[in-house]
Amino acid sequence: MAVESLRGAYGKTLLKLGREIPDLVVLDADLAKSTQTQVFAKEFAGRFIDMGLAEQDMVSTAAGIALTGKTVFASSFCTFLVGRVFDQIRQSVCYNRANVKLVGTHSGLGVGEDGATHQSLEDIALTRALPEIRIIVPADAVETSLAVEYAAATPGPFFIRLTRNNLPTLFGTEHRFIMGRAPLLRDGSDITLIAMGAMVEKALQAAELLAAAQISAAVIDFSSLKPLDEDILLRFAKKTGHLVTIEDHSVHGGLGSACAEFLSQQYPVPMKIMGMDNQFGRSGKPEDLYVHFKLTAADIAGAGKEILSRP
Amino acid sequence: MNEQELADLSEIARQIRIMIIQMIGRSASGHPGGSLSAVEILTWLYFREMNIDPQNPGRPDRDRFVLSKGHAAPVLYATLAKRGFFSSEILSSLRQVGSSLQGHPHRLDTPGVDASTGSLGQGLSMAAGMAMGLKLSQNPACVYAMIGDGESQEGQIWEAAMTAGFRQLTDLCVFLDYNDLQIDGRVSDIKDIQPLRDKWQSFRWRVHEINGHDFREIAAALAEFRHEKEKPTMIIARTVKGKGVSFMENNVNFHGQAPNAQEMATALTELNHGR
Ligand SMILES: Cc1ncc(C[n+]2csc(CCOP(=O)(O)OP(=O)(O)O)c2C)c(N)n1
Ligand SMILES: [Mg+2]
Repeated sequence: MAVESLRGAYGKTLLKLGREIPDLVVLDADLAKSTQTQVFAKEFAGRFIDMGLAEQDMVSTAAGIALTGKTVFASSFCTFLVGRVFDQIRQSVCYNRANVKLVGTHSGLGVGEDGATHQSLEDIALTRALPEIRIIVPADAVETSLAVEYAAATPGPFFIRLTRNNLPTLFGTEHRFIMGRAPLLRDGSDITLIAMGAMVEKALQAAELLAAAQISAAVIDFSSLKPLDEDILLRFAKKTGHLVTIEDHSVHGGLGSACAEFLSQQYPVPMKIMGMDNQFGRSGKPEDLYVHFKLTAADIAGAGKEILSRP
Repeated sequence: MNEQELADLSEIARQIRIMIIQMIGRSASGHPGGSLSAVEILTWLYFREMNIDPQNPGRPDRDRFVLSKGHAAPVLYATLAKRGFFSSEILSSLRQVGSSLQGHPHRLDTPGVDASTGSLGQGLSMAAGMAMGLKLSQNPACVYAMIGDGESQEGQIWEAAMTAGFRQLTDLCVFLDYNDLQIDGRVSDIKDIQPLRDKWQSFRWRVHEINGHDFREIAAALAEFRHEKEKPTMIIARTVKGKGVSFMENNVNFHGQAPNAQEMATALTELNHGR
């Protein structure tokens, strides 16, 4: 499978949107080269504002600009964009229902060598608790472009969580993004693997490992995290009776929590929630970190077998 | 400004003070001190300065006002009601379930409120953002804001100060309600914010220092703002917290405490005598 940069797709899509939407404004906080907002900045210097190292000011300013009728994208690494700026997101953006799109890059362990300070593992938990905001976690470059276009066309606050690393391209150009609809990537009847972002690829590999053991695993890309696709969740809980969720994020408040909150009240089934449990990340190559923290395809397949073997 | 105009404005300010006391007293909740210190400034802005239309509060070319010190919502609500944005009858519903007057300003609930505020330190960034957005649209509207002196201890104020100064947001005019009181005591005792003029000037702002209860001084500073070609404007307004009600003046206890029935009666008597 070809791999592509999600950040690159973000930059390219901003450039395209910049040509179509005169009211599009983009902000960054001294990370334009990393987040790829620089692609937009080069063509639209007048509509790009580098706020310098001031993420809190950036997000409240984004809200102010949006309140004059603009569509505003604001970017930084997830940990600085969300963790540091939670109250501004809550009050300046969400409470004001400002038309601000927060696009964070460098989420999760996938950041690698920079280590714990840069590995955002709580951003979904924080944003998911807020009213008004919608959350998308794209799994590849195609989904990233579509998510950015959807956010630009839809009034109100968004958080889009991207990775530092390139990811395999899962979707063809014919793919359509529908908010609140999680794409089924592989059908199955024994167990469902629910993943987001960089973990989707690993879930697909895990499904292959399970197939070799005569276990039929469905794989869903839960890119549309809020609103959650409750329909597909219920359908596959009923159909397969067992679920594994996998996220490069804390298990407290993230994808697994979202699924468990819904299913525990509607249709409880045995579940395993995989992710980071009450711990910080570390420095290392991303793939080594996924081994260290037990988030590989083999770990996912193992977790699947474990819940299927429960009495 | 002649004596008659001055008397008219003073009368509006007096009525706004009465509305503030009644509103907070009746709902037994709200912040009188920092509302009373800002009355003259809001009166001037809404009755003389700003290009606004109470019949069409969302007009795109309107001037904006951001009350960054959102706890002073009662002065904003009273001024908006007096100016005709909504009926003053709803003022007594302040802070009650179902009211359109939230404890802190909420733009989606109250006509005329341009930004929801309450978490101190964020409003100046939002006001600067508005000025940037209007500039991009070549919209000549101005953005006014008010911050507190206690609020000036928030780091984000200085992030926004740096942004607005560097970006030369000449259409941004900010009042600092300098009453030297915050919740826990005197600003100068808790964490002094002086030297203020030097600070704002070094962040590339035009600085004026005035008596924030004197309409002539407010008017003069704003006249300079209108001609400003280089910098955002900071008007450091010396004020008295609780101004107009003797036992509330400079009294830290009336920061966020409503007057009881007796205190409300006394306050209203004083304000009615001022006629
Ligand atoms: C971020 C934040 N921290 C704390 C508070 C609680 N609070 C409300 S008013 C206030 C003191 C404000 O003092 P000042 O800015 O001087 O206001 P004023 O004297 O004009 O009332 C505090 C600490 C708040 N609203 N926001
Ligand atoms: Mg004060």
